[in-house]
Amino acid sequence: MYTVDQTAAKRPAARKWLAAAAGLAIAVTGAISSAKAQDTIKVGILHSLSGTMAISETTLKDTMLFLIDEQNKKGGLLGKKLEAVVVDPASNWPLFAEKARELIAKDKVAAVFGCWTSVSRKSVLPVFKELNNILFYPVQYEGEESERNVFYTGAAPNQQAIPAVDYLMSKDGGEVKRWVLAGTDYVYPRTTNKILEAYLKSKGVKDEDIMVNYTPFGHSDWQTIVADIKKFGSAGKKTAVVSTINGDANVPFYKELGNQGIKATDIPVVAFSVGEEELAGLDTKPLVGHLAAWNYFESIKTPENAKFIKDWQAYTKNPKRTTNDPMEAHVIGFNMWVKAVEKVGTTDPDKVIDALPGITAPNLTGGTSTMLPNHHITKPVFVGEIRADGQFDVVWKSKGLVPGDAWSDYLPGSKDLESDWVKLKCGNYNTVTKKCGGSAS
Amino acid sequence: MRSLFERFAIALLVAGLFAAHATAARAGAYEDALPKLTLDSFSDTADAIDAIAGSGNPLAPPLLQALKDQRLLFSAEAKQVLIKSADGKLTDAATGQPFTAAPPSDLDNVRLNNRLRNLTDAALGSLTLMAGDAGKRYGAAQSVFKSRDASAAAALDKAIAAEKDAGVKKAMLEAKAALILTDAGAAAADKVAAIAVIRDRGDQDSLALLQSLPADAPKDVIAAAADARAKIERNLALWNTVQNFWYGLSLGSVLLLAAIGLAITFGVMGVINMAHGEMVMLGAYVTYVVQDLIRARYPGLFDYSLAIALPLAFLFSALVGIIIERSVIRFLYGRPLETLLATWGISLVLQQAVRAAFGPTNKEVGNPSWMSGAFDLGGILITYNRLWIIVFTAIVFVALLAMLRFTRLGLEMRAVTQNRSMAAAVGIRTARIDALTFGLGSGIAGIAGVALSQIDNVSPNLGQGYIIDSFMVVVFGGVGNLWGTLVGALTLGIANKFLEPFAGAVLGKIAILVFIILFIQKRPRGMFALKGRAIEA
Repeated sequence: MYTVDQTAAKRPAARKWLAAAAGLAIAVTGAISSAKAQDTIKVGILHSLSGTMAISETTLKDTMLFLIDEQNKKGGLLGKKLEAVVVDPASNWPLFAEKARELIAKDKVAAVFGCWTSVSRKSVLPVFKELNNILFYPVQYEGEESERNVFYTGAAPNQQAIPAVDYLMSKDGGEVKRWVLAGTDYVYPRTTNKILEAYLKSKGVKDEDIMVNYTPFGHSDWQTIVADIKKFGSAGKKTAVVSTINGDANVPFYKELGNQGIKATDIPVVAFSVGEEELAGLDTKPLVGHLAAWNYFESIKTPENAKFIKDWQAYTKNPKRTTNDPMEAHVIGFNMWVKAVEKVGTTDPDKVIDALPGITAPNLTGGTSTMLPNHHITKPVFVGEIRADGQFDVVWKSKGLVPGDAWSDYLPGSKDLESDWVKLKCGNYNTVTKKCGGSAS
Repeated sequence: MRSLFERFAIALLVAGLFAAHATAARAGAYEDALPKLTLDSFSDTADAIDAIAGSGNPLAPPLLQALKDQRLLFSAEAKQVLIKSADGKLTDAATGQPFTAAPPSDLDNVRLNNRLRNLTDAALGSLTLMAGDAGKRYGAAQSVFKSRDASAAAALDKAIAAEKDAGVKKAMLEAKAALILTDAGAAAADKVAAIAVIRDRGDQDSLALLQSLPADAPKDVIAAAADARAKIERNLALWNTVQNFWYGLSLGSVLLLAAIGLAITFGVMGVINMAHGEMVMLGAYVTYVVQDLIRARYPGLFDYSLAIALPLAFLFSALVGIIIERSVIRFLYGRPLETLLATWGISLVLQQAVRAAFGPTNKEVGNPSWMSGAFDLGGILITYNRLWIIVFTAIVFVALLAMLRFTRLGLEMRAVTQNRSMAAAVGIRTARIDALTFGLGSGIAGIAGVALSQIDNVSPNLGQGYIIDSFMVVVFGGVGNLWGTLVGALTLGIANKFLEPFAGAVLGKIAILVFIILFIQKRPRGMFALKGRAIEA
């Protein structure tokens, strides 16, 4: 029984040892592994399968395995089979960088699909730049970034947050005049709320009509905050909550809303990080009418979506398995990558990166998304209301597709910045100083 | 009823919502409006709701009720609107007769958004003011109070005259006052009287109503409103303190529940059990499994699911605890650092095992009906689930205390933890007691999991969120003392809730941590340190 204790004690050390071994393996067996790499094209999957983020990221790993499986059934890519290389960065941000290095240097993957939180993406960025590989990032994020090696298939703030706020200000959304911006305390909610605050003020909302509230990760006691929201909402003006609350904290938040009797008709909550998966852990009957803004909902009726859901449920052998927005982002990203590789006839990262802008791929909601020169894509925007069965009912959708904007037009530091990797070869070109390398605020 | 519908028609005209139908509440308005419900467009549905509410057709209230409950179906092809009753029977909305033909294939719910829900509520409110059921009339009065729909005024007057139930009548008078206050044409004296009524209601909604008064109202109205507002605000501030105290009590009881098992394994036995949180998590998963079985096999028993889950969660977590104690911890007594690492490893193993068995996503654990909702107590809202958790925590605490104090097992536990060799010398099988004590602590963590499943996520990470707080409570309260744990949990809970409104959740938590660090510097053994030589043995 002493052994259990030892493995536990040496766990951190074991990780370092593994990393060292990985480094050695590159040096010693480099020739062998590159010879092997001829047979298949390797695709890296960098999603946490343990730790706090496993709840969201495990599904994305399954999605990638499903997509690779489908592609192989169609005959693979460039006449070779695709091979998935799955690693587990365990919701540990530095480990993300280590695992990314392992995927690129040791496994020689052609591209990596992965990351969920912004902090994990920031942690792997230097690795992708140094080793020159491609990362497809499938989650809605705060923007203010555009890197040559990263393709952002999730929504930028102008593809999710701003349209949702616009909807709430419209007649159908209830002509909201007072706003609660509630979020988890980390970079995505903070930046998004900064953009939203600037946007709301540009629309004439006064300071006293905006309440900003941050809570720690995994916050579970929402009594005070929900009571505060109720109080804030009874000032005689229509009030809404814009929620960038992430992860585990959502379930107790919605439970408290339901129990304190805050109905969507009184104070609607629009969430940017709550999808079909998160609602699966909840009784949604008290939540009917609360909103979420995404670029995809499982309930959207198109032939593409129906086929995708059917194939996905068959692949996972679970007829109840839900689909969600980041999954769709991986579908689009993967198909774009496949097209780009086919176009240039090689998986060489430099050539694929240059080929990707302009590539189109059908999304699951009936449109065609295009990869833009700023490495973001065009997407439709939907606002959905929670239904009693845990799905969403689309109550608003954008006219056509919205191009993703890397640098928000509402923040003082970033509104002059522009990203264009085709003509300008620059991710942060300052249109005022006419120089590449300006930074956000 | 006639005048009500005429008023409605006038309101529609004023609003310019539905010019074609506004001319009169003629017989065909209801039938004309129905096809609009089959267009699946929010603006057409809004028009239809207005027209139907104003049609005077006796079929209108059930139709609107069905719309509100999402029981109204339409077929775009057959241009048909059907009402589904709770037991699944279909009625033709146009005739009110049972619908016997084969239902059209493209049958779908008439969709609502929040604006339409509010419209439906307002329309139903004015239509059900004269309903037979007092609860319905009360609800109708409340919805008029909220919607301040001027067209309901006449119906409200009639209803007030006919109302016998004092509570409902009061609600109606308040609704009437709300209508007067929002009516620009009402006399100033009436408004002042209305403000008095609203002042006596004295809740957040009243405050909202008073705040929404236009600034150009007559002087005496403004003065009366300011006066009433000040009074309500004073009153609410008082209740606010009570509310903070209640929230603190509730948070404290959750902390206590999570920590009480640890108070035994860590406090009494001295084992630093990092897997304690996972025992809580296992208890929550037992609840999930029990509920899942009940949903599938015996749906009628759902309200008892927690009662059934309690003993099972206790036994399961206790069993896992005993296995951990016998297989790992007993070899590590007296080596706290190694125990810490070993149990931390176990916690990772347990988390990953649950993730492998149940998947990484949250599991839905429903609230039984007696744990859902809330009631008003004076100026605060008390949610049932929090109330029951406080009661439950108190019961667990008392039971545990009694067990340690009055049973033979409790006596032996205290003997072993106070002086192991002496206890062994008088014939207590210390190894057995160790296992049972650890099992007891784990079992209690398991039943804490049943309670926490009602307010938190049921996911493999459930335990992680509580482990640090639990250690904090036990160390702060004083190691080895259940009463210390009680006082520690409640102090931290209440302090946290009084800090949160000023400092915010993030800073509040930091402040509490800093406070505990300073406190431990001053009193390393916590609030209630055990005195005497025994504990050192």
